[in-house]
Amino acid sequence: MISHVSHHEVFETNRMIDKFNLDVRTITMGIDLLSCADADLERFTTKVYDKITQKAQRLVQTGEDISRQFGIPIVNKRISVTPIALAAAGCEASTYVPVAEAMDRAAKEVGVNFIGGFSALVHKGQTASDTVLVDSIPLALSQTERVCASVNVATSRNGINMDAVVKMGHIIKEMAELTQHQSSIACAKFVVFCNAVEDNPFMAGAFHGIGERDCVINVGVSGPGVVKKALEEVRGCDFETLCETVKRTAFKITRVGQLVAQEASARLDIPFGIIDLSLAPTPERGDSVAEILMEMGLEYPGAPGTTAAVALLNDNVKKGGIMASSYVGGLSGAFIPVSEDRGMIEAVQAGALTLEKLEAMTCVCSVGLDMIAIPGDTPPESISGIIADEMAIGMINHKTTAVRLIPVVGKEVNDTVEFGGLLGFAPVMDVNVFSCKDFVGRGGRIPAPVHSFKN
Amino acid sequence: MKAIITVTGKDRIGVIGKVCTYLAEHNINILDISQTVVGEEYLNMAMIVDLTASNAGFDGVAEGLEHLGKQMDYVIRMQHEAIFSSMHRI
Repeated sequence: MISHVSHHEVFETNRMIDKFNLDVRTITMGIDLLSCADADLERFTTKVYDKITQKAQRLVQTGEDISRQFGIPIVNKRISVTPIALAAAGCEASTYVPVAEAMDRAAKEVGVNFIGGFSALVHKGQTASDTVLVDSIPLALSQTERVCASVNVATSRNGINMDAVVKMGHIIKEMAELTQHQSSIACAKFVVFCNAVEDNPFMAGAFHGIGERDCVINVGVSGPGVVKKALEEVRGCDFETLCETVKRTAFKITRVGQLVAQEASARLDIPFGIIDLSLAPTPERGDSVAEILMEMGLEYPGAPGTTAAVALLNDNVKKGGIMASSYVGGLSGAFIPVSEDRGMIEAVQAGALTLEKLEAMTCVCSVGLDMIAIPGDTPPESISGIIADEMAIGMINHKTTAVRLIPVVGKEVNDTVEFGGLLGFAPVMDVNVFSCKDFVGRGGRIPAPVHSFKN
Repeated sequence: MKAIITVTGKDRIGVIGKVCTYLAEHNINILDISQTVVGEEYLNMAMIVDLTASNAGFDGVAEGLEHLGKQMDYVIRMQHEAIFSSMHRI
């Protein structure tokens, strides 16, 4: 053909979209809110609402136009904002719930399905504003629909703020109870981080970092179904072929994201930030990271060899993506949420996948323990213990780790919880019942780790 | 601006003719056509077109083609060429 592409390539692209769920998972607009600072909470919330609705006015329409004209689904249009604990720090207020409500109204006004950034960075200590924010999270998430919150409690440079980790256990329990009639859904909108990234476009952990400009477009691409399909073609081949196939596929997926990001940036006249190439599963069959692991040769995720399989997947997704875009950022890699991935759910139901194995997998995946339902009677200190473990993995290994646990009120191990939509459903997983109360309750910080003598 | 039109469905006489007529009516120049027939009955056709001289607008033409496809029990889709070239070329 006269074009740069062949007949075969045209149909290959469209097959990826039509049959294997290739999509752009999200266009996320990052908006700075430091410029809204005000001593009066009401004036601050008005400025926040006005800035978000003004900046993101054309976001959804532009996303839909690009989707139609390029023939690629763009599933979500979202917004991330400056951590509210920073932006609202000048307000004389004892609660930031009204800020969350203003964010929710703004999200509904512009038509985005989530807005992230009801967040605080407390990895070394807490300011008065951080405390107000953290205390506001349970009510804020139970009274709003689209607001997402996150708290960074650890970094490789600073260690782990264990006082904050203890607090997280309590607020997760509190928000579970506040939304107990909706499967404790508030917990699904809350993430605890180690080494949180400032340009992540994916929810629930997205926020607009303080090193960012006023407004930016970040794009998250996905496509576990496309990788799975590509691996079907090399069944039984050696690891070199396996890795090469993942890399080539990740390259193709990322190029689509790069195109959409540049187009969105040009049409909205807002600078392009980064592409996050993450294999982000959905509850749809054929859109699963677990199915990729099974295609590699595991009977179920959780079987011996799973951590190695996740490691090679994550690494080769990054390698392919980095070649495809100059500005790869965010979390980039393979997500391993449980409720959002049908194959992971089935692995749990089959007894193949436990919380402990998931923890091992998070040492080499792109984020952490994600969307895991646990029994409603799990004590807050055990939740803090799980968070501390996950933060330690991130801190020592210089990677982003995160915890999104849902202690579902009234549910026990093996019950199933329905969250609906993209959040899917989840089997309630077993938590080790032995106590860590005296450990996590010591108070203070775990000091920064040594960055040499690696072994 | 260049776009790629794909036509897929059970092979029948006259389908390409109808698509070409539609494009001519909207002043759209066809630069290249290629087609394969899979299993002797399933048509996969791709064409590259130039919309520069057309006044119909991308969205209008894309909708018109989709509608034409539905009438003939075909899937006809028009997409910006960039999605293909960016995926397959460095």
